[in-house]
Amino acid sequence: MTQDTILSVRGLCTDFSGGRGDVRVLDELSFDVGRGRIVGLVGESGSGKSMTALSLMGLVPQPQGRVSARSILLDGKDLSKLGPAGMREIRGRDIAMVFQEPMTSLNPVRKVWEQVGEPLAIHQGLGRRAIRARVLEMFELVGIPEPKTRLDAYPHQLSGGLRQRAMIAMGLICEPKLLIADEPTTALDVTTQAQILRLMRDLRDRVGTSIIMITHDLGIIAEMCDEVNVMYAGQIVEQADVFELFERPAHPYTRGLLASIPRATEPRVSRRMPSIPGMVPNLAKLPEGCRFGPRCGEAMPICQRAPELKPLGPTHASRCWLNCPQEALSQGDAP
Amino acid sequence: MTTDTGSEIVLSTRALTKHFHVGGGFAGRPSRVVRAVDGVTLEIRARETFALVGESGCGKTTLGRVMLRLQEPTSGEIVYDGTELTGLGEGEMRALRKKMQIVFQDPYASLNPRMRIEQILAEPLRSHGYGTPAEIRERCAELLELVGLRTQYLRNYPHQFSGGQRQRIGIARALANKPDFVVCDESVSALDVSIQAQVLNLLADLQDQLKLTYFFITHDLAVVRQFADRVGVMFLGRLVEVGTTEEIFARPLHPYTMLLMAAVPRPDPRARGGERPMMQGEIPSPMALPPGCRFHTRCPFARDICRVEDPALQNHAGHTVACHFPLEN
Repeated sequence: MTQDTILSVRGLCTDFSGGRGDVRVLDELSFDVGRGRIVGLVGESGSGKSMTALSLMGLVPQPQGRVSARSILLDGKDLSKLGPAGMREIRGRDIAMVFQEPMTSLNPVRKVWEQVGEPLAIHQGLGRRAIRARVLEMFELVGIPEPKTRLDAYPHQLSGGLRQRAMIAMGLICEPKLLIADEPTTALDVTTQAQILRLMRDLRDRVGTSIIMITHDLGIIAEMCDEVNVMYAGQIVEQADVFELFERPAHPYTRGLLASIPRATEPRVSRRMPSIPGMVPNLAKLPEGCRFGPRCGEAMPICQRAPELKPLGPTHASRCWLNCPQEALSQGDAP
Repeated sequence: MTTDTGSEIVLSTRALTKHFHVGGGFAGRPSRVVRAVDGVTLEIRARETFALVGESGCGKTTLGRVMLRLQEPTSGEIVYDGTELTGLGEGEMRALRKKMQIVFQDPYASLNPRMRIEQILAEPLRSHGYGTPAEIRERCAELLELVGLRTQYLRNYPHQFSGGQRQRIGIARALANKPDFVVCDESVSALDVSIQAQVLNLLADLQDQLKLTYFFITHDLAVVRQFADRVGVMFLGRLVEVGTTEEIFARPLHPYTMLLMAAVPRPDPRARGGERPMMQGEIPSPMALPPGCRFHTRCPFARDICRVEDPALQNHAGHTVACHFPLEN
């Protein structure tokens, strides 16, 4: 891990035990987040992107869920070695999270400033007056209009956009090393979304916040991220610099996703859109070999064996046999 | 346009209005009025896909429901296939409902979890007296095949299906009585992109095959551009712009339409829009509409007249727009 890496995840696995045995929902995730960078996790429902956030935050439900990793280094400190008490100190202070639904993640019967300032009370032991003053500063930072009068508002008195700004203020109030934003704009209208995305980009530029951006929307990835991890069925299938990913997508799943998003900026050519056949596999009944194999138009006999995430260049890696021709050749059509 | 839409009007509304009264009735406090749909006049042509776009709270779902008289309009007219609907009694309306159907957004909430797929599909058939039990069973199987599902699923329950499959079942149910006008209310919005494309392709196929007219309600402008023939843009209970999809996207005339389009994140990192025009502030409450043009509080181009005079929809350069100062393109 270099000086410029704020988070370095290696071999993150999350398993759930249930009635029908164990299910591995995250399989060997390894990725880095550079200081002041915005790193995307993109995938469809069930790909494991939100579970990644919960695993990093130590919020996976116990005892059904078990998180393990070779290491999760946050600014040099290995979170995978911390117990629940250690993680409580980290959460809200060193890593903060912004959730999708700003209404359900705020307590409806407490004033907004008390909630936004709560991390300060917990981690820095500040008194009410100091907290109120700091919350006011944060409201100004995140562009809440008439911030003074909003301090004493209750959540229902704020619009969805303002609630999400308040959530971001709460996330940033202890100046965390890393902010995890899980679909932060999915519940918002497109014009409000544009405002919140611009705010997050500004905060990164002004305050230097490092951000993990979790989304299903490749448009948001393209607008916001420096690097991207594409997830499918609990694995990272492609990892790349954002320009590289959109200009030279290597994995057939990424290519399929990019082809199937409707575009508002291009005239219609045909009403029939390219689509990926089939659906995401059930994690309890994964296909043999490559998890995308059964839906892949380019599947080969070797895809019966699980491919690994292999580098294609300094800023690009893909989990596909197509991207490692020499191995595919030397090992032939075996099994 | 790729589809051969006729010029024949299948459904039209005139000054259609739906107001809701909220609050009041307690300690003599007056109730307030939400003008969810506030004087909408539009025409939908046979076999076209007419998309209605707008942000949450603009009244698009209410308009769709009022058009089918699933909710009673406060005033105005709805003419379907030459018949004025607002004066019809329940019995006459029932007969027409066979021809006018709706596909809802949430494929999880709109199917009864305790019913097998066969019962879900048979219910509208039975209630409209489709035929004998054997004929109904045959039609259910036919419907599943129509939407690309295997007939063996008839015995299954909704929870055994994925979101995309449930939406196919919702579509099959809407098509049971061979309608010709279908309201799709955010019907693909809850689906993942790869599945969304599959369902849109299915809707396109069904439209060609069954000569359907779609009233396609959505907030997703990208889907609109790739799927719709004509578009109406709605803001706070009013249509502010109507035209063909290509006209609207290539030359938006209303500032709201333009700003809405500019706000859509583009899946192209080279097109990052740090400096794109952006709408300021928030949508006004539909209970406290601003005077004049409803959009003037958010409009970067508003002038004095916009604060006092409500602009009417007028023809302008090939489409209709409600703005005192349509954009020059």
